[in-house]
Amino acid sequence: MSRRVAVVGAGQTHHASKRLDVSLAGLAREAVARALEDAALEPADVDAVIVGTAPDFFEGVMQPEQWLAGALGGAGKPVLRVHTAGSVGGSTAVTAAALVASGLFERVLAVAFEKHSEGDALWGLSPRNPFGRAFGAGAGAFFAPHCRLYAERSGAPADIGPRIAVKARANGARNPHAHLRAPVTLDEVLASPMLWDPIRRLESCPTSDGAAALVFASEAVARGRRSVAWVRGAAAMAEATSFPGRDVLDPAAGRACARAVYRQAGVDAPRRDLDVAEIYEPFSWIDVLWYENLGLAGTDAGWRLLESGATELDGEIPVNPSGGVLSTNPIGASGLLRMLEAAEQVRGRCGGHQVDGARLALGHAYGGASNYFAMMAFGSEPA
Amino acid sequence: MRRVAVVATAQTDLTSGDSEVGTPERAFEVSRAAVEASGLDRGEIAVTLSASSDMLEGRSFNFVHGLEALGTWPPVHESHVEMDGAWAAYAAWVKLLTGEFDSALVVAWGKTSEGSLPAVLNTQLDPFVLAPLGLDHVTTAALQADAYLARTGVGMDALDAVAERSAAAGAANLRLSRMDPPREDGPAASPLWRRHLPREADGACAIVLAAEGTAERLCERPAWIAGADHRTETGALGHRDLSRSPATELAATRARELAGWDDAAVDVAEIGASFAHQEPLLREALGLDAGADVNPSGGPMAADPLMSTGLIRLAEAASRVMAGTARRALAHASAGHALQQSMVWLLDGVAP
Repeated sequence: MSRRVAVVGAGQTHHASKRLDVSLAGLAREAVARALEDAALEPADVDAVIVGTAPDFFEGVMQPEQWLAGALGGAGKPVLRVHTAGSVGGSTAVTAAALVASGLFERVLAVAFEKHSEGDALWGLSPRNPFGRAFGAGAGAFFAPHCRLYAERSGAPADIGPRIAVKARANGARNPHAHLRAPVTLDEVLASPMLWDPIRRLESCPTSDGAAALVFASEAVARGRRSVAWVRGAAAMAEATSFPGRDVLDPAAGRACARAVYRQAGVDAPRRDLDVAEIYEPFSWIDVLWYENLGLAGTDAGWRLLESGATELDGEIPVNPSGGVLSTNPIGASGLLRMLEAAEQVRGRCGGHQVDGARLALGHAYGGASNYFAMMAFGSEPA
Repeated sequence: MRRVAVVATAQTDLTSGDSEVGTPERAFEVSRAAVEASGLDRGEIAVTLSASSDMLEGRSFNFVHGLEALGTWPPVHESHVEMDGAWAAYAAWVKLLTGEFDSALVVAWGKTSEGSLPAVLNTQLDPFVLAPLGLDHVTTAALQADAYLARTGVGMDALDAVAERSAAAGAANLRLSRMDPPREDGPAASPLWRRHLPREADGACAIVLAAEGTAERLCERPAWIAGADHRTETGALGHRDLSRSPATELAATRARELAGWDDAAVDVAEIGASFAHQEPLLREALGLDAGADVNPSGGPMAADPLMSTGLIRLAEAASRVMAGTARRALAHASAGHALQQSMVWLLDGVAP
């Protein structure tokens, strides 16, 4: 990027199934206020606001950024609304960073939110296509065949999915912001109802009410501050949804997006060079698919990386120390939470789920039919 | 600021109801046409930005289906805004300004005929305070018209003149030749009559942007972006001065600062005036003088395909600069109720 960009403030809400104490405006405002407080900025200091949220059908408000412009501190400013399916929180951050890198603005707020309790996510995720059959089963049923295909192709044992759930929830228990903070045992996961074979209830993400916000700033603003996370790489890529020969387990767009970010960040060997990764895993098995897609493990070897313990909080390359999407999932904000957690790791502010000495962190989000990707690398140093 | 220009544009015919084709087909038509017009191969386009609205299309993730049509294999750098295409063009411009990319394809589509526009646009309002009142885009525009007429003393005859001029310009615009005849006139929402309203339309638009070094190679006379900006007003109608467009004034001021333009003089202006009163209101906010040819395409009053209507304003202004019939041009796009959001582009036939 032409100008250096840094995260100078981060904020997220308390996440829960139903945040009945706040409206959507209050929810988003909670994250914004915390991010601005962290950045020691007033709302008037923000030059532009980038808003990300998942389909308008979730809350039933068309382009809610128009209604929320005042609550987000966007009145009188540029407000841009991004929507790239599940990756939206990630692409919101990528867009905000570009706005600073372009030289147009000095301080740009990225905010993403979802209030699942005001709608029906399963319905919103099951669009009736004009010339297709009704698809009333949501994201779990869409991705379950991917998980089955992966297990068959890679020869992974059947308990890999459940073990991923145990890891995620153990980490979530250390994260005071996580929606699900109770750890679960392998037996509990195995005993939970099968929802979409092979995904059990405890291997599935929750639906959360929550929001997240990051303040991106130019080098001039960031310089001299005690705790910043430098943007070392950023990219958002996509590929066509469906065609013969498309590898849904290892999408080319994901690989290309990771390559672009690694090139910017000077990462040659991701498993060695990255200190921590926050990746988007709404269902257990998806975790190990992305190990491979991101180059942390070889093809069909992602499950072995999981089995080795390398991706545990104290492992060689911790993945999702926050507990990930399996512990907290306000869909529109989940991608931004990945970026936020990655940035907070290199700022050394993660408390109970801090990775010791994290200096370079990857944030990852995906969406659609595994065909939208947004990724960023954050460093404790500018380059 | 890096120099970036519009080097190619494409539009579908705008129709009163595209019942025989889906929006991905329209997105395919314009994205292919714009890429061909640019002289680049699809694989040479560095980044792609798309724009559409799920609520307008009546299904969630409509843009995922649109993605198929944009030539997205092998994978491309891509992002989507849930806004009018003018904002996708802004996001693309930003990407080029960073220096990371040298060219961009911007595609927007919208099919208002999929549903009832008043019902759809009611959901755009504050769901606690405003939407339950049953307001829609016509009634909020009528509130604005009332406020504007009261402040300025402009009479209904001025609004009628805007409507007549727009209809005449629209009749001369070949892209509008498949539009249905205007509906019978009659009262809409006081003080507006149906002749003062936008004509709902379906359509898509695409443009190609290129940075200096590439733009001159592709285009004999690129439409250079001298400056651009967009602003938003609060969503609370009661907190806004509806008789003016502060968002437009702020965006125009900032765009002129970026451009280093001392005055507002342009040869042509394509502006997002969907309702008759919005044309004089926006002329004032933009500081347009009498020398500017305003909405020679007929503007949104002649055909208003939501989500692409703003990008069409930019394409219309840019195509006149590229054709050499205008030296300096202004494009203005608006979104939301009563011009809640506004964007201003300043284009120059001579590199800034």
